[in-house]
Amino acid sequence: MSRIKLNCHEANHICDKNQYKEANFWDKVVLTIHLIYCRACRKYSSRNAKLTTLVKNSKVETMDLSAKEELNVAFQKELAKHQ
Amino acid sequence: MPKHVIDPNQWIKLYSDYLFNYTITRVNDREIAQDLVQDTFVAGLKSMKNFKGEASERTWLISILKRKIIDHYRKINSNKGKAEVRMTYNSDENEGDWLEERVADPFDKTAEDTIENTELGIAIHDCIGKLPEKQAQVFKMKTILNYETEAICNELQITASNLWVIIHRARTAMAACMEKNWF
Repeated sequence: MSRIKLNCHEANHICDKNQYKEANFWDKVVLTIHLIYCRACRKYSSRNAKLTTLVKNSKVETMDLSAKEELNVAFQKELAKHQ
Repeated sequence: MPKHVIDPNQWIKLYSDYLFNYTITRVNDREIAQDLVQDTFVAGLKSMKNFKGEASERTWLISILKRKIIDHYRKINSNKGKAEVRMTYNSDENEGDWLEERVADPFDKTAEDTIENTELGIAIHDCIGKLPEKQAQVFKMKTILNYETEAICNELQITASNLWVIIHRARTAMAACMEKNWF
């Protein structure tokens, strides 16, 4: 990607990637340039960043996929006894 | 008021992450939390006929889970042995003699912080619960479990651009939901 001007679709995609630290330097440069003149994307970016901080601060937890699978197997076994 | 119905087939899908999050903020150990959640579901099955439909399924399961958590703490307390010696090295005269006592503990959060974190976690789970299943799954894997993009793609058999579209939709919905419920 060597264009300087992005459309909003591309800008949002970079912004999403950036939330997971997967945007490279050039991405960030063109995103910043886009944000200078695009109000809608500025709004999206700030909300997106806010969401990231919230999730990080909450230390919210979910089960690992493998653990959930284990739980599911064990539970199905129990469930069979009750039906 | 409409009666709530109980359907254990959906339990794992709908409530396991919520219960897990609830437990882990209280016991701080993934293994134990998983065991407790499993115990809760099993106990729920056994006492299904006692479910009167006054509360929602989730509230009902949480009330079982609370008992399980209390039981867990009782058990580890009795394991410790009866004679517990408490030693405090800061008596009144020589308070803070030990170096550790004088340093501000960065992990010593105030009660408000902890409460806020717990509530925020609940709010996030509520919002995730409103997402379509696929979006919720991808969002959780990417944002909370911090899986690599590639790993998720392999696991779910989707392409990377597919994943980013799902993430984008999920994040938009989540941001709107959190804005409504949290701020």
